[in-house]
Amino acid sequence: MSDATQTDERIKDISRLRKTLIRPELGGIVGTIAVFTFFLLFAFDSGMFNAQGVMNWTVVSAQFVIIAVGACLLMISGEFDLSVGSMIGFAGMMIAIFGVTLDWPMWSAILITFAICIAFGALNGYIVVRTGLPSFIVTLATLFILRGFTIFIPQTLERKTIIGGIREAAEGDWLAPVFGSKIFGGLFQWLGDMGVIGTFTRGNRTGEPVVDGIPMLIIWALLLVAFGHILLTRTRFGNWIFASGGDADAARNSGVPVNKVKILMFMFTAFCATVFATCQVMEFGSAGADRGLLKEFEAIIAVVIGGALLTGGYGSVIGAALGALIFGVVQQGLFFAGVESSLFRVFLGVILLFAVILNTYIRRIITGER
Amino acid sequence: MTSILKNIALAATVATTALLGTTAAQAEGEKYILVSHAPDSDSWWNTIKNGIALAGEQMDVEVEYRNPPTGDLADMARIIEQAAASQPDGIITTLADFDVLSGPIRAAVDQGINVIIMNSGTPEQVREVGALMFVGQPEYDAGYAAGLRAKGDGIGSFVCVNHVISNTVVAERCRGFADGLGVDLGSQMIDSGQDPAEIKNRVTAYLTANPETDAILTLGPTSADPTIAAVKEMGIAGDIYFGTFDLGTEIVNGIKDGTINWGIDQQPFLQAYLPVVVLTNYDRYGVLPGNNINSGPGFVTKDALGKVEEFAGQYR
Repeated sequence: MSDATQTDERIKDISRLRKTLIRPELGGIVGTIAVFTFFLLFAFDSGMFNAQGVMNWTVVSAQFVIIAVGACLLMISGEFDLSVGSMIGFAGMMIAIFGVTLDWPMWSAILITFAICIAFGALNGYIVVRTGLPSFIVTLATLFILRGFTIFIPQTLERKTIIGGIREAAEGDWLAPVFGSKIFGGLFQWLGDMGVIGTFTRGNRTGEPVVDGIPMLIIWALLLVAFGHILLTRTRFGNWIFASGGDADAARNSGVPVNKVKILMFMFTAFCATVFATCQVMEFGSAGADRGLLKEFEAIIAVVIGGALLTGGYGSVIGAALGALIFGVVQQGLFFAGVESSLFRVFLGVILLFAVILNTYIRRIITGER
Repeated sequence: MTSILKNIALAATVATTALLGTTAAQAEGEKYILVSHAPDSDSWWNTIKNGIALAGEQMDVEVEYRNPPTGDLADMARIIEQAAASQPDGIITTLADFDVLSGPIRAAVDQGINVIIMNSGTPEQVREVGALMFVGQPEYDAGYAAGLRAKGDGIGSFVCVNHVISNTVVAERCRGFADGLGVDLGSQMIDSGQDPAEIKNRVTAYLTANPETDAILTLGPTSADPTIAAVKEMGIAGDIYFGTFDLGTEIVNGIKDGTINWGIDQQPFLQAYLPVVVLTNYDRYGVLPGNNINSGPGFVTKDALGKVEEFAGQYR
């Protein structure tokens, strides 16, 4: 295993193979390569890799990335948030209530929704650090509370559980395009004219490219990954996050404000969920009470596939983003490959299991446990 | 270590190839994809799956069924986009929320893919997205017809057990029923959730709190089956007026033993079967029926149960 070159005798000799293996992203990198190889072999001519197909799985992956970044940092700091899915439904509904039912300007509806949701995140964190209860239980309660409000509030105010008209209400607003617009439209029109990507052949959009821009959703995903990665690996606060999740008592004794770190991470998770929800309602123009069901688990799955440990103290944002990419590509790719849709969850389970086994192996290499 | 990885990877490849192999037994020719809004847990859609499979077999075309696993309509929009990207000859889909789904459906139509709307949607919306036609049961009208029938039977108040509270189209059934009866819907519609035990307990609780309720209206097997159990447990089976939308094994048994007065069959089989036939003939010979097709409503009572009973849950 060892290829000893000139080394300092005080430093334990670690082979290059080991050095590469103990990166938390490794599982994600291997998985990404494997998944793309698989679908290139089995679904190459199914439309999965034309412009429209690529945009399809990229958007789905970007959605997972947005919530996975929040879940990843929170998990590294040693906590869970099960209320992410309910938070998505709740945030979307709040924007609809303020922006459509109460007819506030859209920017104010978005800002107040962010404030409310981040406050809920802070409350989650505060209860967890104050009571010492597992975050699993506390946020499970929030899951029900928020979902309940998401159904109750529109039922009471509008007597229905889907509120539409958000797109119209957001017209001309300055903040809404930050979440709902598409950029580089000109480039895609040019690509369409060049025949690189397909164009519409009938209807009133004839001649326009089938993919007409990069949705802001994808930009948000990239920004959040960059922010999360730099925060975690290049700042003192990043070290605090690792320390809080690794051993909270030891961290406290060496002066890390563990409680503050954890509460901030809960707030960041809520922020990510709200970004997800805002992009979604701006794109689809309506908020529904059933939005975001089970998304909390999808976030956790992406993070775990990406190599983070459920016990905290170990993981990487890049890994989580790769995990989200794998999850998104698999989810949409299975459709393209023509796999029976009822077997979809079987594949998901198999991939999750495989990722966890790989990650356990990596952890053993690091800690030396048998 | 690497050998472990290799083995696992190999095993995975073999397993997936085997699974792909089973679905790769496809007919030559046209390809149609049906996208529904139903979560995996909704058993009613099994009839749709059987219907489309049978149509695919008879017409010798390739058919696929797709749905969002949790019933999240935003996920469904992505599935429609995905279906369009795979360039089928036609897409058959529901229009459960116009705001969310109209964009992706329009885009598919504009790419030259023929679309037929099934099950949920209104004729106006269907025209607006550029679909060829609508195959289904106009929900408000069906509810209204049921309401008139119940009124004739002397009913004055009811409880509507809604297990898909987020589907505005299905809620139209309750509204139509209330209008047919000539009463205000008010708080007579309850959100029952999807879990059988919860539905049963909520119905029991409502009927205990409101003992003067004349009738129960359930909106599908998901809410009807637990409600049957609830009224039997409360000892009011056959006593309380009980109507339901859609059919299933339990509902047919309920009609047979007198627990349920009537079931409204929207004949989901036709909603899956006919679009495939229509699309195939349109693609092959350019022929197209001139109007929307109403697959229902049809009232099923104790008197006409033979075929219904035989195929309940399978084709009925």
